[in-house]
Amino acid sequence: MMAEHFNKGMARNIYYGGGIFTFLLLLGLTFDTMLILPERDHRENITESVAQGKEIWESNNCVGCHSLMGEGAYFAPELANVYDRYGNGSEETFKQYLQGWMAIQPLPIEGRRKMPQFNLTPEEVNNVADFLIWTSRINDNNWPPNKQG
Amino acid sequence: MKFESQAVAKPYFIFALILFAGQILFGLIMGLQYIVGDFMFPYLPFNVARMVHTNLLIVWLLFGFMGASYYLVPEESDTELYSPLLAKVLFWVFAGAGVATILGYLLVPYAKLAELTYNHLWPTMGREFLEQPTITKIGIAIVVLGFIFNLGMTVLKGRKTVINMVLITGLIGLAVFWLFSFYNPSNLVLDKFFWWWVVHLWVEGVWELIMGAILAFTLIKVTGVDREVIEKWLYVIIAMALITGLVGMGHHYFWIGPSEYWLWLGSIFSALEPLPFFMMVLFAFRMVRQRRYEHHNKIATTWALGTSVMAFLGAGVWGFLHTLAPVNYFTHGSQITAAHGHLAFFGAYVMIILTIISYSMPIMRGRLQGNSLNAQKVESMGFWIMCISMIVITIALTVAGAYQIALQRLPGDAEALGFMDTQAKIVPIYWVRLLAGAAFLVGLVVYFWSFFVGGEEPEAATAS
Repeated sequence: MMAEHFNKGMARNIYYGGGIFTFLLLLGLTFDTMLILPERDHRENITESVAQGKEIWESNNCVGCHSLMGEGAYFAPELANVYDRYGNGSEETFKQYLQGWMAIQPLPIEGRRKMPQFNLTPEEVNNVADFLIWTSRINDNNWPPNKQG
Repeated sequence: MKFESQAVAKPYFIFALILFAGQILFGLIMGLQYIVGDFMFPYLPFNVARMVHTNLLIVWLLFGFMGASYYLVPEESDTELYSPLLAKVLFWVFAGAGVATILGYLLVPYAKLAELTYNHLWPTMGREFLEQPTITKIGIAIVVLGFIFNLGMTVLKGRKTVINMVLITGLIGLAVFWLFSFYNPSNLVLDKFFWWWVVHLWVEGVWELIMGAILAFTLIKVTGVDREVIEKWLYVIIAMALITGLVGMGHHYFWIGPSEYWLWLGSIFSALEPLPFFMMVLFAFRMVRQRRYEHHNKIATTWALGTSVMAFLGAGVWGFLHTLAPVNYFTHGSQITAAHGHLAFFGAYVMIILTIISYSMPIMRGRLQGNSLNAQKVESMGFWIMCISMIVITIALTVAGAYQIALQRLPGDAEALGFMDTQAKIVPIYWVRLLAGAAFLVGLVVYFWSFFVGGEEPEAATAS
């Protein structure tokens, strides 16, 4: 394959030609994805509370233990579908559950992985709940495979 | 050393290795936290340990890339570095900012750190691998720009070789894609979509250019093979890296919102991603076989061959293992991802930096033909212990992932085990991983020890 007839100029052309072509292809696909995304992420439902929730999620580094849509750390449960897991289809139920759960952290069980007490206000927990509920409704091609995430 | 200014690489390499040691220590702590969940809680919660582990990795690899560039660009350009002073100043700026950031993670709660650094003015924190305060992110951008300016000016006044140009292209790409770390919209899907423009386009894109250039440089030096031949290979390898890797980003777009066609595109292109790594193996071994002379720094050659093999296994084989959408549906975000991540980073990026360090450090210490035979023997021992330990870690995590999927993902809603119950079942395998991690640390200590072996001995003039 590295015979005489294959010279450096040809190799360089494959690099520049192939690289630029693929990059343009990526840009085109990205542009197309941007057109389709609004129907899949339902961005019209990103309320002030959802946006606040995302910021609280980030400023406490939740992704350092949990995964969200499969990305993050794998030390604690997946949370993109936590609403499906504990909400029973009711936002009210889920929010009450989350308020209670956040309040009793860290659980006093020796040897168990611990979630720190973040001392969030009830309103902040509500924001996080709204963020997780919105996240659970993104069209993510039906991932994860089941409720356990 | 051909040019005096190449010596600015030295502090970069030394500091990189210190951070590497820190990374491994925090890795061990996390390995234990996987087993004893509340180990060091609440003083060092898992998320902090993890942030330190991964951020140290990123920063020390950047220090390594910078050291490698400062060493090889003047030699390739056949001229002194444009400004050794700028290189030294940027070293201290970057080292200071890096240490301050890590201390920030360790000493104050993350939310407090976000508040102290005015994250609300321009929120960029709290995303995986991009946890750095915005001010640190700006600092990284400035340091990288100054670094590229320095190298660019060097290349402009000197010889423009293919290795130089590929390396610079890779570094410019690194800087450009870093800019996406500043984009953090409220829309999680957009956030994630462009987050990958940093993460994927770095490790499965432009970093491969940097790796290819460093590998090509080292191979020229230790084999004496004609530059024309090596440059031709380099072009083809990085062409394959970009052609497969750019749209290969699609394998990250399966389950985070983007359209269904990414399932096909991501699967097809990423299935080809092992190709450039496979070519690197062929390349490295062929060049060594065709070598024109025996360089007495044998261990540098070992590292060069090793990085090609381990990168192929980690990035190529373990990547392909779970890259097809129907498989990835079950493996995504499981311990399989962790298995792949560990071997790929170690093989491709850790080892390429250890390669260039192994080649250039002895030269910078006045030993043109490498360290003494005794030192090389010890370094070789470190090489094997680290490589084998990392393979064991990878296999353990792969088994852990497969078990996790079998218990937690494959069964239907009613029968599937919950996350925490599944983790409890995996504990014996996490022990294997932890022990292999401890063995890795031993390998690292042996490797460090090799720097101090036979310091006064004459160089290995008697080698075959």
